[in-house]
Amino acid sequence: MELLSQMLQLLFSGLTLGAIYALIAVGFVVIYNVTGILNFAQGEFAMLGALISISFVNMNVPLWLAVILSIIIVAAIGGIFERTAIHTARKSSVTTLIIITIGVSIALRGLAILIWGTQVQTLPSFTDNTPINILDAVLLPQNIWAVGISIVILIIMMYFFNFTFVGKSLTACVVNPFAARLMGINPEKMSLLAVIVSAGIGALAGSVIAPISGATYDMGMMLGIKAFVAAVIGGLTNAPAAIAGAFLIGIIEAFTEGLWSSGLKDVVTFSMLLLILFIKPEGLFAKASGKRV
Amino acid sequence: MNSKSLNKIYNNSLLGPMIFFAVLLCIPLVTSSNYVFSILTMVGFYALVCIGLTTLTGYAGQISLGHAAFYGIGAYSSAVLTGTYGLNPWLAIIIGAVISAIVALIVGIPTFKLKGYYLALATLGFGIIVFTLFKELSSITGGSNGFFGIPSISLFGFEFITDISYFYLIWIVVFLAILFMRNIIHSRIGRGLRSIEGSEIAADAVGVNLMSYKLQMFVLSAIFASVAGSFLAHYVSFINPDLFVANTSIFFLIMVIIGGKGNIWGSIVGAAIYVLLDELLKHYVPLLLPNVGGEFEIVFFGILLVLMLIYMPNGLVPQFEKIVSKFKRKPSANSTLQSISANATGGDNK
Repeated sequence: MELLSQMLQLLFSGLTLGAIYALIAVGFVVIYNVTGILNFAQGEFAMLGALISISFVNMNVPLWLAVILSIIIVAAIGGIFERTAIHTARKSSVTTLIIITIGVSIALRGLAILIWGTQVQTLPSFTDNTPINILDAVLLPQNIWAVGISIVILIIMMYFFNFTFVGKSLTACVVNPFAARLMGINPEKMSLLAVIVSAGIGALAGSVIAPISGATYDMGMMLGIKAFVAAVIGGLTNAPAAIAGAFLIGIIEAFTEGLWSSGLKDVVTFSMLLLILFIKPEGLFAKASGKRV
Repeated sequence: MNSKSLNKIYNNSLLGPMIFFAVLLCIPLVTSSNYVFSILTMVGFYALVCIGLTTLTGYAGQISLGHAAFYGIGAYSSAVLTGTYGLNPWLAIIIGAVISAIVALIVGIPTFKLKGYYLALATLGFGIIVFTLFKELSSITGGSNGFFGIPSISLFGFEFITDISYFYLIWIVVFLAILFMRNIIHSRIGRGLRSIEGSEIAADAVGVNLMSYKLQMFVLSAIFASVAGSFLAHYVSFINPDLFVANTSIFFLIMVIIGGKGNIWGSIVGAAIYVLLDELLKHYVPLLLPNVGGEFEIVFFGILLVLMLIYMPNGLVPQFEKIVSKFKRKPSANSTLQSISANATGGDNK
């Protein structure tokens, strides 16, 4: 019984982590699909989202409005980032583009230090945070918020990409940018849109996790890299697979931390990344292997 | 191009290192400030890492976000072998380099089957794993508290304790590393690597063994980083895992980019500019913004990196060369060679 409740407890925290990783990972996949760029600054959007929300709350703005404002601001930052850094360098090699997004990510991190300092800051939970007992395991309402919000967002994204005109245009750019251009879709506009959407989702992810684990200037890096791992497990181009990967990573992390060692959880996660890259670089859920050229 | 003119290029370019090191070794005549020497020694450590990394990035066209791991393996090997087991520091440096080479080989074989993003991710993941192990294997490494009391290094009874003696020591090592790397670049391996950077498919087609070349370069750059780490450990006598975080790898990359990837001189220029900027920022920014703390300087390096890559993707050193060649009537043989290689690498970069 005790073992069961411990397992359940770890599962709850795993699902929460997984939900956050899923939101960020979907951002990766969207940007990668549309622009062909893996955005190393994705985690920093989450960091900015969390810290901006906190600043608004400290100014006595209601929490829901603070989160919405922070999403809008971070989406705008994402747009500026796309125009200034990605768009101007879009003809560079893959290696150069990777390093550019790394440069943006450390610039954002430094900016966060200048604005918010290095202290851990906290955001109040979205609703009253009285723990709920399920089979002796403690479930916090914020955990439910995290999982719930990410599921809702993921469903909206699905709908957006498959059933709306703009979403379909984005998908068209992924499938064949040249043909999309012939059909009157401007891939450069779509690239801007993709980055803005991912930045907004990232900001939401940051605001959701902030009440649980706090927010610091350097939270983005680990969140980003873990979400990366999730996206890679999913094969980078497949959003649902990336989401599955994200939950897998979250659960594995929670269990490693709970049952073995909290220090070594990163070793486990990244060993998994290396293993997957070496054995099945097209992703765990890939049906047919084919090279994107 | 006949062999005579190639020889001329080689001799011409050998003049550069000689002048540079003559100047560098004369620095003690001008100043005797320990601060200056400690800064220059730091530049030396970084330059040593970057000489290896620049060859990997610039000539082989491969990105590594994990070189802090090798820097750390070198440092911790030296620390543990001399501090705990009382080995001779020189022997420890060699053992550290061997360990790094073996690790690089084991990691490199599967990693270099990957390309672009995947390669960046895999090396980043590797770096984080090694960093976490430094932190967690606290019975060996001292964990987060760090490793204290690493003995100093000595040669023929002379102990390198003062900043100035260490300055000489590290720069002589850098000098040797440069000569070594130049020979490699001017050899068959170097030309093979250049062809990989130009176009992997073309290189493969003309019979360049991609895997073996990339791997050799990776192992070599790991050894350079490891040796630099060992010397660092003996210099500072105290190390902790935070010296070898993923950010350190990124800063190595920044130095390489600032100087100009694929240019050995670029690695020294890049390391020097990085260290100087870092010192200046740490000194002057708190005067303007008194409440600022932590590693705020990364904001400047981030922006610098992005601007460099967009507006000066080949780094600073080619810009110097452009200026120099403007003063010369005829374009020098050196720049001709460079434009040839630039044309060759202008093609398929994907």
